[in-house]
Amino acid sequence: MAGTQYRGSEIKDVDQFLKDSKGLDSDREQEIGQHIGYRYDVNLVPDYERLTPFLKKYMEHMGWDDLNWLEDIHMGYEDGNAAVFDRNINGWVRVPETIKLPDNQQDRDMVAREFLLKFQMSDRHPLVNLRKVYTKF
Amino acid sequence: MASLKSEELKKMTQEERANALGMTSEQLTGRSMFIEFDPDAEERMTYPWAPEVDFNKRSEIDVNDMNTTEVNNKIRELMDEGYGTIVIKNPRGMHSLGVGILSRLNLIIEGSIGYFGVGLIDGPNVRINGRVGWSCGENMMSGTVIINKNAGSTFGAAIRGGDLVCRGSVGSRTGIDMKGGTIIVGGDTGALSGFMMQRGRMIVCGNAGKNLGDSMYDGTIFVGGEIESLGVDAVLGDFSENDKGWLERKLKQYDLFPQKGVASFKKIVAGKQLWNYDNLEPTEKKLIL
Repeated sequence: MAGTQYRGSEIKDVDQFLKDSKGLDSDREQEIGQHIGYRYDVNLVPDYERLTPFLKKYMEHMGWDDLNWLEDIHMGYEDGNAAVFDRNINGWVRVPETIKLPDNQQDRDMVAREFLLKFQMSDRHPLVNLRKVYTKF
Repeated sequence: MASLKSEELKKMTQEERANALGMTSEQLTGRSMFIEFDPDAEERMTYPWAPEVDFNKRSEIDVNDMNTTEVNNKIRELMDEGYGTIVIKNPRGMHSLGVGILSRLNLIIEGSIGYFGVGLIDGPNVRINGRVGWSCGENMMSGTVIINKNAGSTFGAAIRGGDLVCRGSVGSRTGIDMKGGTIIVGGDTGALSGFMMQRGRMIVCGNAGKNLGDSMYDGTIFVGGEIESLGVDAVLGDFSENDKGWLERKLKQYDLFPQKGVASFKKIVAGKQLWNYDNLEPTEKKLIL
Protein backbone atom coordinates (compact mmCIF):
# COMPACT_ATOMS: atom_id res chain seq x y z
CA MET A 1 0.00 0.00 0.00
CA ALA A 2 3.00 2.31 0.39
CA GLY A 3 2.99 5.22 -2.02
CA THR A 4 -0.76 5.40 -2.35
CA GLN A 5 -2.49 8.76 -2.33
CA TYR A 6 -3.78 10.47 0.79
CA ARG A 7 -7.39 9.38 1.12
CA GLY A 8 -8.51 11.16 4.24
CA SER A 9 -10.82 14.15 4.37
CA GLU A 10 -9.95 17.82 4.75
CA ILE A 11 -10.76 19.94 7.80
CA LYS A 12 -13.10 22.65 6.51
CA ASP A 13 -14.76 24.09 9.59
CA VAL A 14 -13.76 24.61 13.24
CA ASP A 15 -16.97 22.91 14.40
CA GLN A 16 -16.76 20.06 11.89
CA PHE A 17 -16.12 17.30 14.44
CA LEU A 18 -18.57 18.69 16.98
CA LYS A 19 -21.39 18.53 14.42
CA ASP A 20 -20.26 15.21 12.93
CA SER A 21 -18.71 13.01 15.61
CA LYS A 22 -17.68 10.22 13.24
CA GLY A 23 -16.14 12.58 10.71
CA LEU A 24 -16.33 10.16 7.79
CA ASP A 25 -16.13 12.30 4.70
CA SER A 26 -13.92 10.78 2.01
CA ASP A 27 -14.87 7.59 0.16
CA ARG A 28 -12.10 5.68 1.87
CA GLU A 29 -13.19 6.81 5.35
CA GLN A 30 -16.74 5.72 4.64
CA GLU A 31 -15.53 2.39 3.30
CA ILE A 32 -13.44 1.57 6.36
CA GLY A 33 -15.69 3.32 8.90
CA GLN A 34 -12.72 5.16 10.40
CA HIS A 35 -11.64 8.78 10.23
CA ILE A 36 -8.14 9.10 8.75
CA GLY A 37 -5.69 11.48 10.41
CA TYR A 38 -6.02 14.10 13.12
CA ARG A 39 -9.24 16.07 13.73
CA TYR A 40 -7.32 19.33 14.04
CA ASP A 41 -4.26 20.87 12.41
CA VAL A 42 -1.31 19.56 14.42
CA ASN A 43 1.02 21.94 12.59
CA LEU A 44 -0.86 25.10 13.61
CA VAL A 45 1.62 27.29 15.50
CA PRO A 46 0.25 29.50 18.31
CA ASP A 47 -0.70 33.11 17.83
CA TYR A 48 0.96 34.83 20.78
CA GLU A 49 -1.50 37.74 20.66
CA ARG A 50 -4.08 35.35 22.14
CA LEU A 51 -2.27 34.20 25.29
CA THR A 52 -4.43 33.97 28.41
CA PRO A 53 -3.26 35.67 31.65
CA PHE A 54 -2.68 32.28 33.31
CA LEU A 55 -0.47 31.09 30.46
CA LYS A 56 1.58 34.31 30.69
CA LYS A 57 2.08 33.69 34.42
CA TYR A 58 3.12 30.08 33.72
CA MET A 59 5.74 31.15 31.15
CA GLU A 60 7.17 33.62 33.65
CA HIS A 61 7.21 31.04 36.44
CA MET A 62 9.10 28.53 34.30
CA GLY A 63 11.53 31.13 32.93
CA TRP A 64 10.39 30.66 29.32
CA ASP A 65 9.85 33.27 26.61
CA ASP A 66 7.18 31.20 24.89
CA LEU A 67 4.69 28.42 25.50
CA ASN A 68 7.39 25.74 25.16
CA TRP A 69 5.78 22.26 25.29
CA LEU A 70 2.31 23.80 25.21
CA GLU A 71 2.89 24.84 21.59
CA ASP A 72 1.97 21.25 20.71
CA ILE A 73 -1.29 21.29 22.64
CA HIS A 74 -4.48 21.80 20.63
CA MET A 75 -8.18 21.51 21.24
CA GLY A 76 -9.20 18.20 19.74
CA TYR A 77 -12.52 16.49 19.26
CA GLU A 78 -13.55 13.05 20.51
CA ASP A 79 -16.99 11.49 20.01
CA GLY A 80 -18.50 14.88 19.19
CA ASN A 81 -17.04 16.55 22.30
CA ALA A 82 -14.22 19.03 22.67
CA ALA A 83 -11.30 17.26 24.35
CA VAL A 84 -7.57 17.61 24.87
CA PHE A 85 -5.07 14.80 24.51
CA ASP A 86 -2.96 14.32 27.63
CA ARG A 87 0.34 12.63 26.75
CA ASN A 88 0.97 11.75 30.41
CA ILE A 89 -2.05 9.43 30.56
CA ASN A 90 -2.15 8.64 26.85
CA GLY A 91 -5.81 9.57 26.67
CA TRP A 92 -8.34 12.29 25.98
CA VAL A 93 -9.64 14.58 28.69
CA ARG A 94 -12.99 16.15 27.87
CA VAL A 95 -13.97 19.77 28.15
CA PRO A 96 -17.27 20.03 30.12
CA GLU A 97 -20.27 20.83 27.93
CA THR A 98 -21.03 23.84 30.14
CA ILE A 99 -17.94 25.60 28.80
CA LYS A 100 -18.65 27.84 25.82
CA LEU A 101 -15.99 27.35 23.19
CA PRO A 102 -14.48 30.30 21.27
CA ASP A 103 -15.33 30.46 17.56
CA ASN A 104 -11.79 29.92 16.27
CA GLN A 105 -9.16 27.22 16.69
CA GLN A 106 -6.39 29.55 17.96
CA ASP A 107 -8.43 30.69 20.98
CA ARG A 108 -9.67 27.14 21.54
CA ASP A 109 -6.05 25.97 21.64
CA MET A 110 -5.27 28.53 24.35
CA VAL A 111 -8.23 27.25 26.41
CA ALA A 112 -7.00 23.68 25.86
CA ARG A 113 -3.50 24.62 27.08
CA GLU A 114 -4.82 26.24 30.22
CA PHE A 115 -7.15 23.33 31.06
CA LEU A 116 -4.48 20.70 30.45
CA LEU A 117 -1.88 22.53 32.49
CA LYS A 118 -4.16 22.89 35.52
CA PHE A 119 -5.20 19.24 35.22
CA GLN A 120 -1.63 17.91 34.94
CA MET A 121 -0.49 19.90 37.96
CA SER A 122 -3.46 18.90 40.12
CA ASP A 123 -3.74 16.14 42.71
CA ARG A 124 -6.55 14.49 40.74
CA HIS A 125 -4.28 13.66 37.79
CA PRO A 126 -3.90 9.86 37.47
CA LEU A 127 -0.11 10.23 37.39
CA VAL A 128 -0.17 11.24 41.07
CA ASN A 129 -1.36 7.78 42.13
CA LEU A 130 0.70 5.99 39.50
CA ARG A 131 3.77 7.73 40.83
CA LYS A 132 2.97 6.68 44.38
CA VAL A 133 2.80 3.06 43.25
CA TYR A 134 5.59 2.78 40.73
CA THR A 135 8.13 5.55 41.34
CA LYS A 136 11.69 4.32 41.70
CA PHE A 137 13.50 7.53 42.71
CA MET B 1 -7.88 6.60 48.72
CA ALA B 2 -7.22 10.09 50.06
CA SER B 3 -7.01 8.77 53.62
CA LEU B 4 -3.90 6.69 52.90
CA LYS B 5 -0.78 8.29 54.32
CA SER B 6 2.64 8.24 52.69
CA GLU B 7 4.12 6.32 55.65
CA GLU B 8 1.51 3.59 55.26
CA LEU B 9 2.15 3.33 51.52
CA LYS B 10 5.91 3.11 52.04
CA LYS B 11 5.50 0.05 54.27
CA MET B 12 3.52 -1.83 51.61
CA THR B 13 4.87 -3.95 48.77
CA GLN B 14 4.36 -2.58 45.25
CA GLU B 15 1.45 -4.96 44.68
CA GLU B 16 -0.23 -3.93 47.94
CA ARG B 17 0.24 -0.25 47.07
CA ALA B 18 -1.24 -0.81 43.62
CA ASN B 19 -4.32 -2.52 45.11
CA ALA B 20 -4.70 0.06 47.86
CA LEU B 21 -4.69 2.88 45.31
CA GLY B 22 -7.19 1.14 43.05
CA MET B 23 -4.78 0.42 40.23
CA THR B 24 -5.55 -3.22 39.57
CA SER B 25 -9.12 -3.68 40.76
CA GLU B 26 -10.72 -2.48 37.52
CA GLN B 27 -11.45 -4.74 34.61
CA LEU B 28 -9.90 -2.88 31.71
CA THR B 29 -11.19 -4.93 28.78
CA GLY B 30 -13.93 -3.15 26.89
CA ARG B 31 -13.83 -0.07 29.08
CA SER B 32 -12.77 3.41 28.10
CA MET B 33 -11.50 6.02 30.49
CA PHE B 34 -13.64 9.12 30.82
CA ILE B 35 -12.05 12.10 32.51
CA GLU B 36 -13.38 15.62 32.38
CA PHE B 37 -11.59 18.87 33.20
CA ASP B 38 -12.57 20.75 36.33
CA PRO B 39 -13.17 24.38 35.24
CA ASP B 40 -12.56 25.50 38.84
CA ALA B 41 -9.22 23.69 39.19
CA GLU B 42 -6.64 25.40 41.35
CA GLU B 43 -4.01 27.45 39.48
CA ARG B 44 -0.82 25.46 40.02
CA MET B 45 2.25 25.63 37.83
CA THR B 46 4.37 22.70 38.99
CA TYR B 47 3.73 18.99 39.51
CA PRO B 48 2.56 18.12 43.04
CA TRP B 49 5.80 16.22 43.71
CA ALA B 50 8.19 18.83 42.24
CA PRO B 51 10.63 20.47 44.66
CA GLU B 52 10.15 24.18 45.36
CA VAL B 53 13.22 25.85 43.89
CA ASP B 54 14.34 29.46 43.78
CA PHE B 55 16.16 30.58 40.62
CA ASN B 56 18.12 33.10 42.73
CA LYS B 57 19.56 30.37 44.96
CA ARG B 58 22.72 29.19 43.17
CA SER B 59 25.19 26.37 43.66
CA GLU B 60 28.29 25.17 41.79
CA ILE B 61 29.54 21.59 41.56
CA ASP B 62 33.02 20.65 40.35
CA VAL B 63 32.38 17.16 38.96
CA ASN B 64 36.01 16.36 38.07
CA ASP B 65 36.22 13.47 40.57
CA MET B 66 32.61 12.30 40.37
CA ASN B 67 30.88 9.71 38.18
CA THR B 68 27.62 10.33 36.30
CA THR B 69 25.33 8.78 38.92
CA GLU B 70 26.91 10.83 41.68
CA VAL B 71 26.51 14.03 39.68
CA ASN B 72 22.86 13.33 38.80
CA ASN B 73 22.05 12.46 42.43
CA LYS B 74 23.80 15.61 43.60
CA ILE B 75 21.66 17.72 41.26
CA ARG B 76 18.51 16.17 42.79
CA GLU B 77 19.78 16.75 46.32
CA LEU B 78 20.42 20.42 45.58
CA MET B 79 16.97 20.80 44.04
CA ASP B 80 15.40 19.28 47.16
CA GLU B 81 17.29 21.92 49.15
CA GLY B 82 15.70 24.63 47.00
CA TYR B 83 18.58 25.49 44.68
CA GLY B 84 17.14 26.78 41.40
CA THR B 85 20.41 27.53 39.61
CA ILE B 86 23.11 24.86 39.45
CA VAL B 87 26.42 25.22 37.64
CA ILE B 88 28.35 22.07 36.65
CA LYS B 89 32.08 22.52 36.15
CA ASN B 90 34.58 20.15 34.49
CA PRO B 91 32.07 17.69 32.98
CA ARG B 92 34.91 16.09 30.89
CA GLY B 93 32.58 14.72 28.20
CA MET B 94 30.59 12.71 30.73
CA HIS B 95 27.70 10.65 29.26
CA SER B 96 24.06 10.85 30.44
CA LEU B 97 24.63 14.02 32.44
CA GLY B 98 21.60 15.92 33.79
CA VAL B 99 19.05 13.30 32.72
CA GLY B 100 15.55 12.87 34.17
CA ILE B 101 15.13 16.33 35.71
CA LEU B 102 11.36 16.68 36.10
CA SER B 103 10.95 20.20 37.40
CA ARG B 104 11.95 23.77 36.71
CA LEU B 105 15.64 24.53 37.17
CA ASN B 106 18.43 26.59 35.61
CA LEU B 107 21.23 24.16 34.84
CA ILE B 108 24.46 25.56 33.41
CA ILE B 109 27.12 23.13 32.19
CA GLU B 110 30.56 24.69 31.73
CA GLY B 111 32.19 22.37 29.19
CA SER B 112 31.36 19.56 26.76
CA ILE B 113 29.31 16.47 27.54
CA GLY B 114 29.03 13.03 25.96
CA TYR B 115 26.17 10.81 24.78
CA PHE B 116 22.53 11.15 25.86
CA GLY B 117 23.05 14.42 27.72
CA VAL B 118 20.03 16.04 29.42
CA GLY B 119 17.64 13.36 28.10
CA LEU B 120 14.16 12.67 29.50
CA ILE B 121 13.87 16.12 31.05
CA ASP B 122 10.56 17.80 31.85
CA GLY B 123 10.92 21.50 32.65
CA PRO B 124 14.49 22.72 33.21
CA ASN B 125 16.34 25.41 31.30
CA VAL B 126 19.77 24.07 30.38
CA ARG B 127 22.68 25.97 28.89
CA ILE B 128 25.72 24.00 27.75
CA ASN B 129 28.82 26.05 27.06
CA GLY B 130 30.50 23.38 24.98
CA ARG B 131 29.73 20.51 22.59
CA VAL B 132 27.42 17.53 23.04
CA GLY B 133 27.64 13.93 21.82
CA TRP B 134 24.96 11.72 20.29
CA SER B 135 21.28 11.96 21.24
CA CYS B 136 21.36 15.12 23.29
CA GLY B 137 17.86 15.95 24.63
CA GLU B 138 16.58 12.49 23.70
CA ASN B 139 12.92 12.03 24.75
CA MET B 140 12.81 15.55 26.18
CA MET B 141 9.31 16.49 27.39
CA SER B 142 9.58 20.22 28.12
CA GLY B 143 12.07 22.96 28.98
CA THR B 144 14.83 24.62 26.97
CA VAL B 145 18.28 23.31 26.11
CA ILE B 146 20.79 25.64 24.45
CA ILE B 147 24.13 24.28 23.20
CA ASN B 148 26.67 26.91 22.27
CA LYS B 149 28.86 24.74 20.00
CA ASN B 150 28.22 21.67 17.80
CA ALA B 151 26.17 18.54 18.50
CA GLY B 152 26.48 14.89 17.41
CA SER B 153 24.02 12.71 15.54
CA THR B 154 20.43 11.91 16.51
CA PHE B 155 20.15 15.31 18.17
CA GLY B 156 16.73 15.48 19.85
CA ALA B 157 15.79 11.87 19.06
CA ALA B 158 12.12 11.21 19.90
CA ILE B 159 11.74 14.63 21.52
CA ARG B 160 8.14 15.27 22.65
CA GLY B 161 8.19 18.90 23.74
CA GLY B 162 10.28 21.94 24.58
CA ASP B 163 12.97 23.85 22.69
CA LEU B 164 16.26 22.15 21.86
CA VAL B 165 18.73 24.61 20.35
CA CYS B 166 22.21 24.05 18.91
CA ARG B 167 23.95 27.24 17.83
CA GLY B 168 26.50 25.28 15.77
CA SER B 169 26.03 22.38 13.36
CA VAL B 170 24.67 18.92 14.11
CA GLY B 171 25.22 15.39 12.74
CA SER B 172 22.82 13.13 10.91
CA ARG B 173 19.31 11.94 11.82
CA THR B 174 18.48 15.09 13.76
CA GLY B 175 15.01 14.85 15.30
CA ILE B 176 14.57 11.22 14.29
CA ASP B 177 11.09 10.06 15.35
CA MET B 178 10.32 13.42 16.96
CA LYS B 179 6.80 13.63 18.36
CA GLY B 180 6.62 17.29 19.33
CA GLY B 181 8.69 20.26 20.46
CA THR B 182 11.03 22.46 18.49
CA ILE B 183 14.58 21.67 17.38
CA ILE B 184 16.63 24.67 16.21
CA VAL B 185 19.98 24.32 14.47
CA GLY B 186 22.00 27.49 13.91
CA GLY B 187 24.32 25.83 11.37
CA ASP B 188 23.93 22.77 9.13
CA THR B 189 22.27 19.41 9.72
CA GLY B 190 23.30 16.02 8.31
CA ALA B 191 21.52 13.33 6.29
CA LEU B 192 18.11 11.89 7.17
CA SER B 193 17.17 14.75 9.48
CA GLY B 194 13.52 14.56 10.50
CA PHE B 195 13.43 10.84 9.63
CA MET B 196 10.04 9.38 10.64
CA MET B 197 9.08 12.70 12.24
CA GLN B 198 5.55 12.55 13.60
CA ARG B 199 4.92 16.00 15.04
CA GLY B 200 6.73 19.13 16.13
CA ARG B 201 8.88 21.65 14.32
CA MET B 202 12.50 21.71 13.18
CA ILE B 203 14.31 24.89 12.10
CA VAL B 204 17.63 24.63 10.28
CA CYS B 205 19.25 28.01 9.60
CA GLY B 206 22.00 26.51 7.41
CA ASN B 207 21.98 23.62 4.94
CA ALA B 208 20.34 20.20 5.24
CA GLY B 209 21.85 16.91 4.04
CA LYS B 210 20.35 14.11 1.95
CA ASN B 211 16.85 12.69 2.47
CA LEU B 212 15.48 15.47 4.63
CA GLY B 213 12.20 14.48 6.29
CA ASP B 214 12.28 10.94 4.94
CA SER B 215 9.04 9.07 5.77
CA MET B 216 7.79 11.95 7.87
CA TYR B 217 4.24 11.42 9.04
CA ASP B 218 3.51 14.96 10.13
CA GLY B 219 5.26 18.03 11.57
CA THR B 220 7.09 20.89 9.92
CA ILE B 221 10.71 21.52 8.90
CA PHE B 222 11.95 25.03 8.05
CA VAL B 223 15.29 25.30 6.22
CA GLY B 224 17.12 28.57 5.57
CA GLY B 225 19.93 27.20 3.36
CA GLU B 226 20.20 24.53 0.67
CA ILE B 227 18.57 21.11 0.86
CA GLU B 228 20.66 18.34 -0.68
CA SER B 229 17.59 16.21 -1.29
CA LEU B 230 14.14 15.57 0.16
CA GLY B 231 13.27 12.13 1.51
CA VAL B 232 10.30 9.95 0.63
CA ASP B 233 6.98 11.79 1.09
CA ALA B 234 8.59 15.09 2.21
CA VAL B 235 7.22 17.97 0.13
CA LEU B 236 7.40 21.76 0.06
CA GLY B 237 4.53 23.35 2.01
CA ASP B 238 2.82 26.75 2.00
CA PHE B 239 4.36 29.37 4.27
CA SER B 240 1.51 31.16 6.10
CA GLU B 241 1.76 34.57 7.80
CA ASN B 242 1.23 32.78 11.10
CA ASP B 243 4.21 30.48 10.35
CA LYS B 244 6.35 33.48 9.42
CA GLY B 245 5.51 35.37 12.62
CA TRP B 246 6.19 32.30 14.74
CA LEU B 247 9.51 31.59 12.99
CA GLU B 248 10.74 35.18 13.41
CA ARG B 249 9.76 35.18 17.07
CA LYS B 250 11.50 31.88 17.76
CA LEU B 251 14.75 32.79 16.03
CA LYS B 252 14.93 36.20 17.72
CA GLN B 253 14.37 34.52 21.05
CA TYR B 254 17.60 32.52 20.62
CA ASP B 255 19.59 35.28 18.85
CA LEU B 256 19.60 33.28 15.61
CA PHE B 257 17.53 35.64 13.46
CA PRO B 258 19.29 35.88 10.06
CA GLN B 259 20.24 39.31 8.71
CA LYS B 260 18.21 38.80 5.53
CA GLY B 261 15.14 37.68 7.46
CA VAL B 262 13.14 34.51 7.04
CA ALA B 263 11.78 35.17 3.54
CA SER B 264 14.22 32.67 2.00
CA PHE B 265 13.28 29.84 4.38
CA LYS B 266 11.57 26.79 2.86
CA LYS B 267 8.84 24.90 4.65
CA ILE B 268 8.79 21.11 4.37
CA VAL B 269 5.76 19.03 5.35
CA ALA B 270 4.51 15.46 4.91
CA GLY B 271 2.93 14.68 1.56
CA LYS B 272 0.63 12.22 3.39
CA GLN B 273 1.14 9.65 0.65
CA LEU B 274 2.30 7.10 3.23
CA TRP B 275 -0.74 7.40 5.45
CA ASN B 276 -2.11 3.87 5.11
CA TYR B 277 -3.40 2.99 8.50
CA ASP B 278 -6.91 1.64 8.31
CA ASN B 279 -9.04 -1.25 9.48
CA LEU B 280 -8.79 -3.23 6.28
CA GLU B 281 -5.03 -3.40 6.23
CA PRO B 282 -4.54 -6.69 8.16
CA THR B 283 -7.11 -8.52 5.98
CA GLU B 284 -5.51 -7.22 2.82
CA LYS B 285 -2.11 -8.34 4.05
CA LYS B 286 -3.45 -11.82 4.78
CA LEU B 287 -4.73 -12.08 1.22
CA ILE B 288 -1.29 -11.21 -0.12
CA LEU B 289 0.46 -13.68 2.17
